[in-house]
Amino acid sequence: MTIRTEPMTVNVGPQHPSTHGVFRLRITFDGEDIVEVEPVLGYLHRGSEKLAEERNYVQVITLTDRLDYTSSMINNQAYCLAVEKLVGIEPPPRAKYLRTLAAELQRIASHLIAVGFFIQEMGAFGTPLMYTFRSRERILDLFEMLCGARVTVSYMRPGGVFSDTPEDFWPALDRFMTDFRDEFADLEALLMENEILLARTKGVSPLEPDVAINCSVSGPVLRASGIDWDWRKKEPYDAYDLVDFDIPTGSNWDNYDRFWVRMQEIRQSMRIIEQCVDQIEPGLVRIPELPLVLRAEPGAEAYGRVEASKGELGFYLVSDGGISPYRCKIRSPSLINLTITEHLLVGWKLADMIVSLGSIDINMGEVDR
Amino acid sequence: MMISRLTGNELADRLEEALPNVVEGCDTSAIWVKPNHMVQVAHFLFSDPTLDFNYLNSITAVDFIEFFEVVYHLTSLNKQHSAVVKTKLYGREEVNLPSVYNIWKGADFQEREIWDLMGVKFDGHPNMKRIMLWEGFEGHPLRKDFL
Repeated sequence: MTIRTEPMTVNVGPQHPSTHGVFRLRITFDGEDIVEVEPVLGYLHRGSEKLAEERNYVQVITLTDRLDYTSSMINNQAYCLAVEKLVGIEPPPRAKYLRTLAAELQRIASHLIAVGFFIQEMGAFGTPLMYTFRSRERILDLFEMLCGARVTVSYMRPGGVFSDTPEDFWPALDRFMTDFRDEFADLEALLMENEILLARTKGVSPLEPDVAINCSVSGPVLRASGIDWDWRKKEPYDAYDLVDFDIPTGSNWDNYDRFWVRMQEIRQSMRIIEQCVDQIEPGLVRIPELPLVLRAEPGAEAYGRVEASKGELGFYLVSDGGISPYRCKIRSPSLINLTITEHLLVGWKLADMIVSLGSIDINMGEVDR
Repeated sequence: MMISRLTGNELADRLEEALPNVVEGCDTSAIWVKPNHMVQVAHFLFSDPTLDFNYLNSITAVDFIEFFEVVYHLTSLNKQHSAVVKTKLYGREEVNLPSVYNIWKGADFQEREIWDLMGVKFDGHPNMKRIMLWEGFEGHPLRKDFL
């Protein structure tokens, strides 16, 4: 006797613990196999681009905090670089180092979240996530010392940073780095060769390099597909041309490589932070006598981009000579990285779906904006 | 290795050779092409071995009231250079542009977003519907006349 089967359509989200926010996937299953995927977005759409048109250049910084709320520092940096290009100013050297330092701390924090939740979604409930959050908490404490806020930092400004570091910041950073070296070694020992992790991720959902490029994928996902592409090297900004670091790339293009690249990038970020601490010198942290309300030439435009923790984050600003941007487009890596969901999921099993989605590391604040 | 930036003038010379009468103007930062030739231009930029623009960074649209400007930021990962291509669309109702989805699949969500928020429709896109807002929403919020 044959059993009659038919495909079934399931909604994953928008309220689902594994979708990293309010994200909905409409998936059609044939038994356990995924045959069709459709991402449904927009549940967190706040109209950041329209709101930016109503605020002056400095006020927009608070909106950028709320894009990818796990890497606010890097969002600040991308926006400030775009404004600096638009207005034609350059921050002093100390400010450049402070920005690089803050951005790399933020990259570690963001990758720790990505890795922690990636493992959690595989079923390792709690333990690895607590390890990563223990370290992330320390980074947020450092941010609190820098600017008084932990998540929505608004630390950077066009032309520099908001204020110089308090005296006790440097010893605290040193203590954190000393502890984090051990903590991260623990995490690596726990995860990198873990048999269950390897079994669940090795060879699952590979993303071929040509597909990755054609889908405009960026960040760790692109590098896991074996492409050596990092805007910190290709278009150095702030102090990245003065520090030395490597770009890890994957060779199997699979879920494990996407996880592995993030782990390696944390190591590289630690290297960058150490060099920043060595090289930074006293000086100004913001261009003095910069007008409170910035203006750009009418018709001026600028595209400022950084290598954010999720990929290429770009701000395209157009000015009409007024005090606020005429148009502020946000090129968000999370949104564009989602283009590959269909490619990653179709043909794989239900159990791999959450893991593959976690390996892209999306953040809904940035996807919907 | 750092990437270089192709000026609009350089790109215009290359395009004029291969596809006459598609360039509307150029300056140091960008090149303007005729909207109805967008797919041909995109295909040339993608397939020409010396230009080789295989990576589409972003597409966006700007509402200048008398016209819409659609802006493409492109990069070649092999040749390590980048460029900006723009096109102007006149009119406020029924604003259409050929889709580059079949050349760069990364255009998928971005073209849908431009349709949703700016009201520029991309012909040839396989799934041209709203992405951030819901079907049935009236108007396109990023337009300057949307209040």
